[in-house]
Amino acid sequence: MAALTPISRKPMSLVLPTIAAAGGFLGIFVGASNGSTLMGLVIGAVVVAALGLFFIGVLKNEQLSKWISIVLVAVAGFVLGGIPGFILGAIFGWFFHWFTYWLYEGRYRARLLPYLTPGQVLWHYSFLVICGAIFVFLITPILVVMPLSFNAQDFFTFTPEMLRFDPEGYSLKHYRDFFTNNEWQRSFKNSLLIAPIATVISVSLGTLAAIGLSQSHVPGRRAIMAILISPMIVPLIISATGMFFFYSDIGNWLEGTLGLPKTFVGYVKVVLAHAVLGIPFVIITVTATLVGFDRSLTRAAANMGANPVTTFFRVQMPLILPGVISGGLFAFITSFDEVVVVLFIGSASQKTLPWQMFTGLREQISPTILAVATILVVISIALLTTVELLRRRSERLRGMSPS
Amino acid sequence: MKSKVTALAISAALVAPSAFAQEMTIVSWGGSYSKSQQLAYHEPYTAKTGITIINDDSSAEAVAKIRAMNEAGNVTWDVVDVVASDAMRLCDEGLAEELDHDAVLAAAPDGTSATEDFGDLIVSDCFVPQIVYSTTFGYRTDMVGDTPPSSICDVFDLEKYPGKRSLQKRPIDNMEWALYCDGVAKEDIYDVLGTPEGVERGLAKLDTIKDSVVWWTAGAETPQLLADGEVVMGSTFNGRLFSAIAEQGQPIGMLWDMQSFDLDGWIIPAGLSDERKQRALEYLFFATDTQRLADQAKYISYGPARKSSAPLVGKHASLGIDMAPHMPTDPANAGNVHIYDYEWWADNRDDLDAKFQAWLAK
Amino acid sequence: MSDTTQSGPVLAADGTPLKRSLNRALRLQKMRALALIAPLLLFVLLTFIIPIGQMLFRSVENDIVATTLPRTVVALQSWDAASGVAPDEAVYTALAADLHDAAKAKTHTRVGSRLNYETPGISSLFRKAGRKAKKWDVEADGPFKEQFIKIAKGWGDPDVWRTIQTYSPKYTNGYFLNAADMQKGADGAEIRPESERIYITLFKRTLIMSLIITGSCIVLAYPVAWILANLPAAKANLLMILVLLPFWTSLLVRTSAWKVMLQQQGVINDVLVWLGLVADDARLVMINNQLGTIIAMTHILLPFMILPMYSVMQTIQPTYLRAAKSMGATNWTAFWRVYFPLSVPGIGAGSILVFILSIGYYITPELVGGTKGVFISNRIAFHISSSLNWGLAAALGSILLAVVLILYWAYDKIVGIDNVKLG
Repeated sequence: MAALTPISRKPMSLVLPTIAAAGGFLGIFVGASNGSTLMGLVIGAVVVAALGLFFIGVLKNEQLSKWISIVLVAVAGFVLGGIPGFILGAIFGWFFHWFTYWLYEGRYRARLLPYLTPGQVLWHYSFLVICGAIFVFLITPILVVMPLSFNAQDFFTFTPEMLRFDPEGYSLKHYRDFFTNNEWQRSFKNSLLIAPIATVISVSLGTLAAIGLSQSHVPGRRAIMAILISPMIVPLIISATGMFFFYSDIGNWLEGTLGLPKTFVGYVKVVLAHAVLGIPFVIITVTATLVGFDRSLTRAAANMGANPVTTFFRVQMPLILPGVISGGLFAFITSFDEVVVVLFIGSASQKTLPWQMFTGLREQISPTILAVATILVVISIALLTTVELLRRRSERLRGMSPS
Repeated sequence: MKSKVTALAISAALVAPSAFAQEMTIVSWGGSYSKSQQLAYHEPYTAKTGITIINDDSSAEAVAKIRAMNEAGNVTWDVVDVVASDAMRLCDEGLAEELDHDAVLAAAPDGTSATEDFGDLIVSDCFVPQIVYSTTFGYRTDMVGDTPPSSICDVFDLEKYPGKRSLQKRPIDNMEWALYCDGVAKEDIYDVLGTPEGVERGLAKLDTIKDSVVWWTAGAETPQLLADGEVVMGSTFNGRLFSAIAEQGQPIGMLWDMQSFDLDGWIIPAGLSDERKQRALEYLFFATDTQRLADQAKYISYGPARKSSAPLVGKHASLGIDMAPHMPTDPANAGNVHIYDYEWWADNRDDLDAKFQAWLAK
Repeated sequence: MSDTTQSGPVLAADGTPLKRSLNRALRLQKMRALALIAPLLLFVLLTFIIPIGQMLFRSVENDIVATTLPRTVVALQSWDAASGVAPDEAVYTALAADLHDAAKAKTHTRVGSRLNYETPGISSLFRKAGRKAKKWDVEADGPFKEQFIKIAKGWGDPDVWRTIQTYSPKYTNGYFLNAADMQKGADGAEIRPESERIYITLFKRTLIMSLIITGSCIVLAYPVAWILANLPAAKANLLMILVLLPFWTSLLVRTSAWKVMLQQQGVINDVLVWLGLVADDARLVMINNQLGTIIAMTHILLPFMILPMYSVMQTIQPTYLRAAKSMGATNWTAFWRVYFPLSVPGIGAGSILVFILSIGYYITPELVGGTKGVFISNRIAFHISSSLNWGLAAALGSILLAVVLILYWAYDKIVGIDNVKLG
């Protein structure tokens, strides 16, 4: 498709005003922080337009002009704002150069359908910018947390030392605290123990029930669905107190009648409670996948002599697996991030990571929480990447064209 | 899978009983406070008796959890650290064990009985006082100019000290401070507060700074807000301020005027078996004697509840600074203190809280 | 089976009438479906529905007064609350006997704190009187009226007695009245004085703010879901990581991160000041108010909106849009009349998830909401864990649950819960 789109150089009358506007826009900020907004606007527009004219009209060498642009603006940034200004300047220098050539060479048309009107092209890129802004909104809080986890102080504050990039302001002590402190280690292990077991319970029971619910003639389907989804809709604090009583009775019975040890019973209680909370997510995802499930496949399997269990594991399961996995992920994160219910139902030996974080935030602000979060973010990036790579591999193996 | 779990359970059950007998669960607040208890009480006690102590940082939910445990007939805690007002509430609800203080607690080294040594601090029959702490103000030394605030009423003076203040999101203390700064004599505060007009007067005084208040619910919030420079001054527990100043080196000063004394201490939840209750009492006897209470002050700047412990307070365990001047009970700090009326608040807390919340929401 | 006669019943292969055979098959199918559902249904019913039901039942339960003070309750029946004078000696004698027993069982203070929710001061009346009553000999130590009033003046106050009388029955609507900012006055239910009204405000605020949060989630999620659904899978999955990362990050951490970002000395304000867009002494107030709650909760709940929208949009064929355009529709018409209606189930699914989740949130509003950005759940949590007024908490919870159930029901009617997709 791309080959069909004609790419042609654009006239200066389009390029220069556009880059001048962009330069002016940036100039407003620089100008405002240095005294005069209007001066910034004018100077920014003129400088960027002049540079553009020089690169395109006189220099005519894209590689060379790129470096000139980067160095020039970076130096200007350094004069105005020190090291941060230098870094920002380099970035903006690169950006303006790229932007100039992107417009001038008409590269913005390269990947679009050839028949789009200029208005549509403009909308296309504005839309991308909007989406980019939303992704920034999603990710910034996490990016902000990461440097704070290296804070040398015990507060969630960017200290002046940190802003000067002074090594004094940074330290690994919160990471050390996480790895050496028994409380953190124990709660991390507890979370890693409780969440998977709770997930397995909610996924296995939930998938079975979702398959049952997707059959065509289920009496009282709506009511059953409402009951199964209820753990998601009851306010957590009410669930927590309500479940406390039930699990105390169960706990008494397990300890008293069956003579099971206290700690073990404690884990059972938390696991069961978290399993219940995860169930709605499994039910919802798996039912949704089953809606699109072709029922003739099971019939075909049965026709060829497969018993229901074989049919389930060999035919149905592989097809609904994506739904089961995403339901499982929701269930896992429900348990892994749950603090209200475990505060009530658990006791000290079942302290989970969120519980430890909660005490950490309440009794003594400690960036160890942020260190833990950073570690978890890194782990989850690794996990998600692995999952994505595995998915691509299995698609290749199944002979599907990588879409 | 199932058989595996059962097998695991049975094998665990076999080793359980002997371990169970040597354990007790002690509930406290977590953070550096729990750490001070760990060092001053738990570790020596384990060394002496061999009983393992499990820490549960649930004191903030203690009242609700003890009530739920009691109703469910399965009390898993042995000793619980709560503030005095919670202790009264638990005692009122029959959820804490009533104690005969002289019979179960150690006498002072000179033979003074426990009730006399603790004095007025035994505010409830269920309560064994442990520390005196205060809710007081800290201010940013670099944001108040040359005249740092010296009176509680400076909190209400937006002209002299512009900027935000942080106050606890509850009526207790705030109402008293507001009335005091509105010109009510200290001894009349509760008489005034007992009338609807008095409540209105207090709220009207708070109204004058309402737009500049950041309300906190957790003790760690004010130090964070002060460190950020987000507020000029804010109330919190004095131990939190001490650690921000002395341990973290923040530019924060203490305003001790009209600090509100409060107590924190132990209760034994009702409904323990005789054997466990006996063990809990033995722990209390050990952990609240004169020396132990003085030891805790090495790790955190809260005053020991026994009169006989005060002379034994020494230096900070790691910083090596004298702890006495940082105690809320130190004569230099305790010039003008506010002692809040537990009985009055036990009666009026629900009512005033409703009014306070309605005022906040306005 | 073509040879069966027209008049006789249609027979299946084994000779039974087809109708019966089909019925049996249907029954079997139903049984199998139910057998698959049963374990989970039992599990949820037993470990969730029943406990929650019991908890909510506390909103009407009130047997503590009648069980602890049985004689007093009977003796009080004949007393006329409108008379304006305290009851006579018989009632005090009954109370003395009840308190004597209750103080021995240490239950007297519980009644005190129960009644103190209704009339401040009763708690200490019971505490003080209980201490004395424990030592009384009920037969010999009378008359008691004077003694009670001597212990505490409040015992002579008709208001106290009216409260005891009003809350004698085993069941009460008092908690629900309280949850609706009303109280049981001398002549039945009446509105509370303005200075104590809070719950209606909070309910309204919870609903309105949840709607705003849902709305802003829709606005932000729609473009993102669109771009995820229309990019090639490899790129879309990479972008998906950006959506999922915040989702995996602890709620507490994200809330703290927003505090760091939004406060007046926070990152956003610092950047704005550095850029010169905002003067240093006029920093924006973005936290500890409704704005803070809305921003933080929109961020926290956004993935719950993006994921269902994405899975619905994935199923919409891009050819539909091209077909519409080839028939002369403008971009806008093609989107609005073709694409948007097809994506509505995704919006519906996401909205109901976000709305239900946000209505019950309390940790985030507590941390960033200040005074005007807190929800009804914050009060529920307060009554559960601090004030111990579980009856009121249960009543507030029941109302909240009823609202959610009505919404759920309406949603099921309009969109159908099967159309909820999470990814």
